[in-house]
Amino acid sequence: MTFIDRPVAIGLDLPRRDGAAKVRGTAVYAYETPVENPAYAHPVQATVARGRVTALDTAAAEVLDGVLAVLTPATAERLASTEDRELAALQDDGVAFRGQVVALVVADSSETARHAAALVRVTYAQEPHDSELRADRDDLYAPERVNPDFPTDTVEGDVAAATAVAAVVVEQTYTTATYHNNPLEPHATTAHWEPADGRLTLWDSTQGVHPARTAVASVFGLDEAKVRVVCPYVGGGFGSKGTPHVNVVLAAMAARAVPGRPVRLALTRQQMFSLAGYRTPTVQRCLLAAERDGRLTALAVDVVEQTSRIKEFAEQTGVPARMMYAVANRRTTHRLAALDVPVPSWMRAPGECPGMFGPEVAMDELAERLGLDPVELRIRNEPVTDPQTGKPFSSRNLVGCLREGAARFGWSGRDPRPGVRRDGDWLVGTGVAASTYPVHRMSKSTAVIRREGDRYVAEIGAADLGTGTWTTLAQIAADALGVPVERVEVRIGDTDHPMATVAGGSSGMSTWGSAVVEAARAFRTRYGAEPPERAEASGSVPPADDRWAMHAFGAQFAEARVHLDTGEIRVPRLLGVFAVGRIVNPRTARSQLVGGMTMGLSMALHEHSVLDPRTGHVVNHDLADYHIAANADVAEVEAHWLDEHDPHVNAMGTKGIGEIGIVGTAAAVSNAVWHACGARVRDLPVTLDKVLPALEDPPGR
Amino acid sequence: MKPFEYRSPADAAAAVRSVAGNPAAVFLGGGTNLVDHLKLGVAAPDLVVHVADLLPAGIEELDGGTLRIGAGVRNSDLAADRRVRERFPVLSQALLSGASGQLRNMATTGGNPLQRTRCVYFQDVTTPCNKRQPGSGCSAVGGWTRHHAVLGASEHCLAVHPSDMAVAMAALDARVRVLGPDGERTIPFTGLHRLPAGTPERDTVLEHGDLITAIDLPPLPLARRSAYRKVRDRASYAFALVSVAAAVEVRDGVITDARVAFGGVAHVPWRAHRAERVLRGAPATEETYRAAADAELADARPADGPDGGNAFKIPLLRRTLAATLRGLVREDAR
Amino acid sequence: MSEITVHVDGTPRRLTVDTRTTLLDALRERLGVTSPKKGCDHGQCGACTVLSGGRRVLSCLTLAVTQDGARVVTAEGLAAHDRPDGERPAGGQRSDDDGLHPVQRAFVDCDAFQCGYCTPGQVVSAVGMLDEFARGWPSAVTEGTRPPRLDRAEVAERMSGNLCRCAAYVNIVPAVQRAAAESGTAAPGAGVAE
Ligand SMILES: Cc1cc2nc3c(=O)[nH]c(=O)nc-3n(C[C@H](O)[C@H](O)[C@H](O)COP(=O)(O)OP(=O)(O)OC[C@H]3O[C@@H](n4cnc5c(N)ncnc54)[C@H](O)[C@@H]3O)c2cc1C
Ligand code: SF4
Ligand code: FES
Ligand code: FES
Repeated sequence: MTFIDRPVAIGLDLPRRDGAAKVRGTAVYAYETPVENPAYAHPVQATVARGRVTALDTAAAEVLDGVLAVLTPATAERLASTEDRELAALQDDGVAFRGQVVALVVADSSETARHAAALVRVTYAQEPHDSELRADRDDLYAPERVNPDFPTDTVEGDVAAATAVAAVVVEQTYTTATYHNNPLEPHATTAHWEPADGRLTLWDSTQGVHPARTAVASVFGLDEAKVRVVCPYVGGGFGSKGTPHVNVVLAAMAARAVPGRPVRLALTRQQMFSLAGYRTPTVQRCLLAAERDGRLTALAVDVVEQTSRIKEFAEQTGVPARMMYAVANRRTTHRLAALDVPVPSWMRAPGECPGMFGPEVAMDELAERLGLDPVELRIRNEPVTDPQTGKPFSSRNLVGCLREGAARFGWSGRDPRPGVRRDGDWLVGTGVAASTYPVHRMSKSTAVIRREGDRYVAEIGAADLGTGTWTTLAQIAADALGVPVERVEVRIGDTDHPMATVAGGSSGMSTWGSAVVEAARAFRTRYGAEPPERAEASGSVPPADDRWAMHAFGAQFAEARVHLDTGEIRVPRLLGVFAVGRIVNPRTARSQLVGGMTMGLSMALHEHSVLDPRTGHVVNHDLADYHIAANADVAEVEAHWLDEHDPHVNAMGTKGIGEIGIVGTAAAVSNAVWHACGARVRDLPVTLDKVLPALEDPPGR
Repeated sequence: MKPFEYRSPADAAAAVRSVAGNPAAVFLGGGTNLVDHLKLGVAAPDLVVHVADLLPAGIEELDGGTLRIGAGVRNSDLAADRRVRERFPVLSQALLSGASGQLRNMATTGGNPLQRTRCVYFQDVTTPCNKRQPGSGCSAVGGWTRHHAVLGASEHCLAVHPSDMAVAMAALDARVRVLGPDGERTIPFTGLHRLPAGTPERDTVLEHGDLITAIDLPPLPLARRSAYRKVRDRASYAFALVSVAAAVEVRDGVITDARVAFGGVAHVPWRAHRAERVLRGAPATEETYRAAADAELADARPADGPDGGNAFKIPLLRRTLAATLRGLVREDAR
Repeated sequence: MSEITVHVDGTPRRLTVDTRTTLLDALRERLGVTSPKKGCDHGQCGACTVLSGGRRVLSCLTLAVTQDGARVVTAEGLAAHDRPDGERPAGGQRSDDDGLHPVQRAFVDCDAFQCGYCTPGQVVSAVGMLDEFARGWPSAVTEGTRPPRLDRAEVAERMSGNLCRCAAYVNIVPAVQRAAAESGTAAPGAGVAE
């Protein structure tokens, strides 16, 4: 790997190449793919959380005019692989969670498909279900590893002994709620099965066309060459389109049931709450022990969270605490409850996002107890090398982010006392928290560079989820080729292009960009400065340099206001400073960081999937009841970055920016709310009912 | 959604005949609630009769100063009307605090008070609900009740009425003009909605085929000093946790007259007569505001729930009423 | 089934629809007009916003049969030159050289989107909103009866019916203000009270 030393196109503030198409609405998303005479599929969902389907009466559905097929476990094709039980659609009569798909209707129109689905009569042998996560359950278990491949537990030193002699100890339980990714574009597919040549084409809303193809090919036992997945635009994913969910299997099944006729399937918003993944709720028991000067002597994070009974997903909530601060005695553990609930999965910054809530509020509580500034407390616990691996950091600029953020935010001179600042009818406070996210680079991905006329074309099956890939890959290719960016055309989102990994773990740019750089180098090596027409070379991601611990860092500052009478909470100001390596495009980078922070704000104040343990389903399963921040909830959100030069991470020097923005925000907001009104909210979301008891009655005036 | 017949009759009388003659017929106003329910399967009519375009869409000033608001007037037009903004700010504010710009452009004056509860179990046809299916049980009892009632609920239903506009109308002594199969009649707005008791399936006193043609706002000078305060989980585009519609008249530091109604806490827009009685003649002080709230909330009963239930609504409403009244008195003093 | 004619972005489109079909599904699934998006199908996100009769409405809660004869404008047809009838929808604003309406131009310039899925709805909503503002309509954050200024709070409140999961809000607000300033709508007092 050679580092791009003198970037020209990298770093340019370029508008998105797909901008005009997006503001007009002409960019084509999966469901909208123009096809001839499409049919429409609509799933039927289980209304019990555990049991068996004993009878499925499809007669009323089948006689409806326009119904083409009703697929049930009795009539659906047998899948080649049922190993992934989330994807093993309609293979048996078992029900493992409420909302599981028990039948599928295919019809001429979406209205008819939906109507027919409602007419399918399902009879169940219902079994008692158990859908409630509690930390005191007696059936919690330790998974073998946590996502993606971390040890479940770690122990260093002796936490109990250090705690016993510590000057100050904070020990509290913090909880994060269940969250649903809720990309604005529902999970959707247009599927076409061509019986003549046995080819399956899926226009699918996915964060990775190649991983989606692999999964579908394996489920159906098809040769990968017979499956094409296309996805030029994704209407948001946030992890929920990173691994295929059952909807794509259903769409392919439906297409095979009506050979030759394309089928469209989009989950409804309500269906997304049981079929498209979500973030597990977490219970985090956090312990911090410190010397009087603030130096940590012990740290423990014991996490309890849930998974589904049919498929394990163990969110790595305790993992960030393994490397954030220097401490000699440390313990992190993960315990799971396997419940009769839908399958949890990736959501923006799995692990770091929930895992930087408890500990970062605990740090604030520790600062309060010590009478130490919370920025300073963090700086005092800065490690020299990575506490987890002992390796040096390729770069670690948390302290720089904290200092720069404090200066920009106007932190200095902050009165630490809670509940003492008023502005009209509002109590005002400020809070801080740290952010971190590992630098991931996937081990595979290939790009091709070709000369076509006066342009260079870069092809790779990458994805643009709004992250800006269409634009930023061109910038990288331009610098790797040494040509103006206007001369580079990028083609992504199609398995007909070379293999690319998933847009996940903030690895997209670092992985695909590395492949593009390698391809460009190979291209120039082979063809020099004057390549012939159609000259072509490919390149793949080089192995990562494993001598370093590679992480991005950040510091987030929040101002919170709490209404004296009603306890309403507003966050007029969020400011983040990040050390995320080199920025490829400041415009799209800022949007991603600000977007992540705003989603963090949304998590802090609003988001909360309410599971009713009696039924086992999320009852607020729509966008009127599952609140995400609306425009009026968001005021100033600023993202800044340090000029960070890290030649070790990859050829571009990029660290990944898609996820770090959401890490730490909720803690910063909760800390600011405490500073405003004195209510320490350890259970997300921070809502007015949780601060009301701390407010004076009547408000002092 | 099951298929249905659609009609767009020429006038109100024909619309009433169409609906009255078919027990499975419904009126369609702006559709913002009905179309939602058609998709959810909460409503499954055989016949849909479009009335939004045939109902009066103007606001008329009658002799004596009553404002007659045609049932076809869209929420956004009503909120923007200068007479309404000056004489009944509480109504304009209530409308503007509801839904979104797009929805207010669609929603009608007739449809708004007849929108149905947002109770999550009511909207989900896979869960029991007495309001949707009488006798099936109330899933909210022992369920998620953050948005449920603390006043006037029954063991059969804890739902709240979601409308903001209706809370203002209840405070303003509005009157509802109804055209039914047997002719026209007028009912006080506060008599339109009913408490759930044993029959939560009935939201209002209207009979099948009754069409709201207009809402009258009689002159109410004190309403010039009125306000709507809505407290919700999101800064916009969210239903009320609690809301207060209030109008007060203050002379020499004494409240001489008041109108108060609550939203988000009951099956009906809750006219707070007891609070009004405490306010009338009392000094405009924090003690008075709280005494008024306490009088009205004496019978309040919170409901449990998996995330703590809705007991917080009682102190919240108390504090919100005080804040609203204090704000109006301050404004009055200016 | 009903036969209706809807003028979509200036073109009369005749179609036979199921009475159940929403305007959104009629556009997307019958007419191939996929600029309005489906985010929730229940009036809870704003992605399906179109102008009907010049007003911003949600096409997912509008039955197509009620739109017989209506003039519907989507983000695709906002810019005047895209329209066969040459009519300038809402606000009478011109399109620029790229064929973008000023609101669209401002959205691109301010990077007021990421995934783009909420964007056509945001854009149409902004056009409708600016027209409402110009007519002096108040919002929930407008104080008193004087014409408001199009400050951050006013724009944010008026645009709150359009959710953006990518959370481009901090760029959407200045984009709308920029478009408004160009058309003269944003100037203090420009909103004419009725
Ligand atoms: C996401 C979302 C958020 C919302 N937020 C709020 C909010 O914060 N506050 C709020 O107050 N509202 C809110 N609403 C609700 C909205 O205000 C109502 O749906 C609307 O006012 C209903 O009016 P409509 O004309 O659309 O009624 P329709 O949907 O057409 O009809 C509603 C009911 O009234 C009947 N009906 C309609 N017109 C008449 C008539 N003239 N006579 C007799 N019967 C009639 C119909 O048959 C139907 O049963 C929200 C809605 C949505 C979708
Ligand atoms: S509260 Fe009323 S509407 Fe809700 S489930 Fe109970 S009966 Fe139904
Ligand atoms: S799709 Fe119409 S508002 Fe969401
Ligand atoms: S840009 Fe993705 S939802 Fe708004």
